[in-house]
Amino acid sequence: MTQRLLFLLPVLLFVVVAGYFLWGLSPDRDPQALPSGMIDNPTPNFDLPPVPGLEQPGFASADLGQGEVVMVNFFASWCVPCRAEHPFLTELAEETGVPLYGINHRDKPEDAAAWLEELGNPYSRIGADSGRGAVEWGVSGVPETFILDGEGRIR
Amino acid sequence: MIAELGHFALILALLTAVIQGSLPMLGAARGRADWMAVAQPAAILQVVLVALSFAALTYVYVVSDFTVINVVENSHSAKPMLYKVTGVWGNHEGSMLLWILILALFGSMVALFGGNLPPSLKARVLGVQAWIGIGFLLFTLLTSNPFLRVFPAPPDGRDLNPLLQDPGLAFHPPLLYAGYVGFSMAFSFAIAALIEGKLDAAWARWVRPWTLLAWAFLTAGIALGSWWAYYELGWGGWWFWDPVENVSFMPWLLGTALLHSAIVVEKRDALKVWTVLLAILTFSLSLMGTFIVRSGLLTSVHAFATDPERGFFILVLLLITIGGSLLLFALRAPVLKPGGLFSPISREGGMVINNLFLAAACATVFLGTLYPLFLEAVNGSKVSVGPPFFNATFVPLMVPLIFLMALGPLMPWKRADLAGVFSRLKLAGLGAVIAAGITLYLEQGGPILAVAAMGLVGWLFVASLVEWSDRIKLFRAPLGDSWRRARNLPRSAHGMTLAHAGMAVAAAGMIGASVWNLEEVRNLQPGESMEVAGYSYRLDGVEQLEGPNYLADRASLTVTRDGEEIAVLTPEKRLYPVQNMPTTEAGIHTTWVSDLYAVIGDSDGRGGWTVRIFHEPLVPWIWLGSLLMVLGGFVSLSDRRLRIGAPNRQAKAKAAPEPESGPGGHPAAAE
Repeated sequence: MTQRLLFLLPVLLFVVVAGYFLWGLSPDRDPQALPSGMIDNPTPNFDLPPVPGLEQPGFASADLGQGEVVMVNFFASWCVPCRAEHPFLTELAEETGVPLYGINHRDKPEDAAAWLEELGNPYSRIGADSGRGAVEWGVSGVPETFILDGEGRIR
Repeated sequence: MIAELGHFALILALLTAVIQGSLPMLGAARGRADWMAVAQPAAILQVVLVALSFAALTYVYVVSDFTVINVVENSHSAKPMLYKVTGVWGNHEGSMLLWILILALFGSMVALFGGNLPPSLKARVLGVQAWIGIGFLLFTLLTSNPFLRVFPAPPDGRDLNPLLQDPGLAFHPPLLYAGYVGFSMAFSFAIAALIEGKLDAAWARWVRPWTLLAWAFLTAGIALGSWWAYYELGWGGWWFWDPVENVSFMPWLLGTALLHSAIVVEKRDALKVWTVLLAILTFSLSLMGTFIVRSGLLTSVHAFATDPERGFFILVLLLITIGGSLLLFALRAPVLKPGGLFSPISREGGMVINNLFLAAACATVFLGTLYPLFLEAVNGSKVSVGPPFFNATFVPLMVPLIFLMALGPLMPWKRADLAGVFSRLKLAGLGAVIAAGITLYLEQGGPILAVAAMGLVGWLFVASLVEWSDRIKLFRAPLGDSWRRARNLPRSAHGMTLAHAGMAVAAAGMIGASVWNLEEVRNLQPGESMEVAGYSYRLDGVEQLEGPNYLADRASLTVTRDGEEIAVLTPEKRLYPVQNMPTTEAGIHTTWVSDLYAVIGDSDGRGGWTVRIFHEPLVPWIWLGSLLMVLGGFVSLSDRRLRIGAPNRQAKAKAAPEPESGPGGHPAAAE
């Protein structure tokens, strides 16, 4: 009898695996979707100084959550996709009127200034980040943009 | 018109498969020879019809008939002819047709060369082959028809994914499928044996060559795919433990186990139930691979365009094929008479250990591959399982396997004397010390585990040669005598030596590539150079050029060592405008001990270019070793006694005193 059960084991295991496969095929499952651990959480505590040579002030966590929706965009002059998305962000900020805060990520101030000079500057505040900020925000690469609600939570 | 002919031929092939899958099966059950005899012409008609259909699809690709959706989506009039042809299987629908073609080819080979099979076994094997064929023909016709038309026809096609426009990947799918589908033979024989309730040494003699053939193709297919990833993706790596790679590797692991356990069935009439299970599981994993690649079940860096509806269809197919065959196994396997017991220290004991390690390794890869899916189903969290998992689980299983691989061939059947085996391996021990010593000297230290690992592959390499040279009495008898012995040695013995030594060579390459690989990225102005691992790479310049359907920046890098010019590398960065997709073409120079590997990145707009240099020690050995393994497989296959359809032993022994049919007349990978 136990021997019989042993012979049944492969097919039973397969049925279990097939069950998982069936679940995996359900249409509302998107295997490509990557959840962000930051969503619905308040921003980390930070205080970013302004980029030297730019007139925009830096900003800190205290500046967020003042009852106004804000976009925060990580960018860098050396980042090619940032250049590509720059016109879109500019248009977005202009059309919606939502303030766009920039976090200049691991960049030389003069390069950042030249870059904004060349492409235009849609940011109302720009903080300089030496790399730590990106880690705290859970940013794995630039560009990345966050939308914060009036209470300073990431949405 | 041609496309409709192809479609029509495919429908006829389905009808033929239905006949091939029903009448001979019933005939075998009722003992009607005339019904059973239908299988043979049906299998041949089947391959003719499928080949016709495949030829029709190839034709519409060659003439760029853009009224066929499949051609529109995967071809372009400016594409080079080679890729127009290989584009036929560079997409989901066409590759399914290739799958079916290879399946039909294997079936027809049994029909043509299976003259000496017992008629009922032959009818059942062909019947099972036809069942698999019905499933895949239905799948192709209902969900993945490559012959659909589009109206109005667009002026030109959307081109084939540029990554696939490459000679390495052009031939990767046919080889891989020949491997996957080749295991269907072992599967069909296993199912037929379960239905018959009879499994003997003759059965194993039949299954072995098919398994060996499939194994050799799969080895070649995997190696080619890995080589392609290495030079085309420009990451400097050759294996990424990506789900799509893993699903091809799992059947390889179990197929290798099957190859060895079938020898035990043949020689000792033991391990029958296990061998049948292995045959079923090996092909099941091949099917599962097809499913995972095409259903979008797992995220992978390279997979087919996915479609859940197709995934559902294949899942049903899997449930019937795998679930059905495993159920049959549960019901019928107890009927198979168990073979004799044997001593753990013997050739067959060695094979069991080989099987245990390979099966465990396969289970690890299976878990690692599907774990993200299991976890997501249980608690919704997403993880990816990468190299750290496999390094921690798979590699430790390979270490004892490689160590024992050296012992197995030296052990006689039934009962072996371990002390005697080790005394014959003194030279292998020396080989291990020398390999470790060379590594230590060349690398000035390095991780001690890697040095030990190199010693281990040295051990296996020398042990494989020791076994072979002992058999021909190399250096112990006059050379002429050894030569005569070598010629008399069964080809399968040569094949085994080649394959085992090839494994050692490939393993050395894998260790070297993962431990001593160096990578440097720099921004270089033309004329500037960078130094990696003692080689100096000077960027001479970057020129723009225009290919048939792409634009490229081609850099030219002069590699020098101590002022002496070694090579000029010309890595390219291509842009395929039709798909607006960039690809990299690495510039590689091999010294056979290492690869000098260069990739060109973006221009900084001020005359400088990002240059990425990899120093890849021993990587060429991976391909060299794989080639030796494939060669070993084919050399074994050429053995008269293993040849497909070889008549039974007694008949042949009387037939002719051929030089290669040595005394004893045993297929000799097994001796």
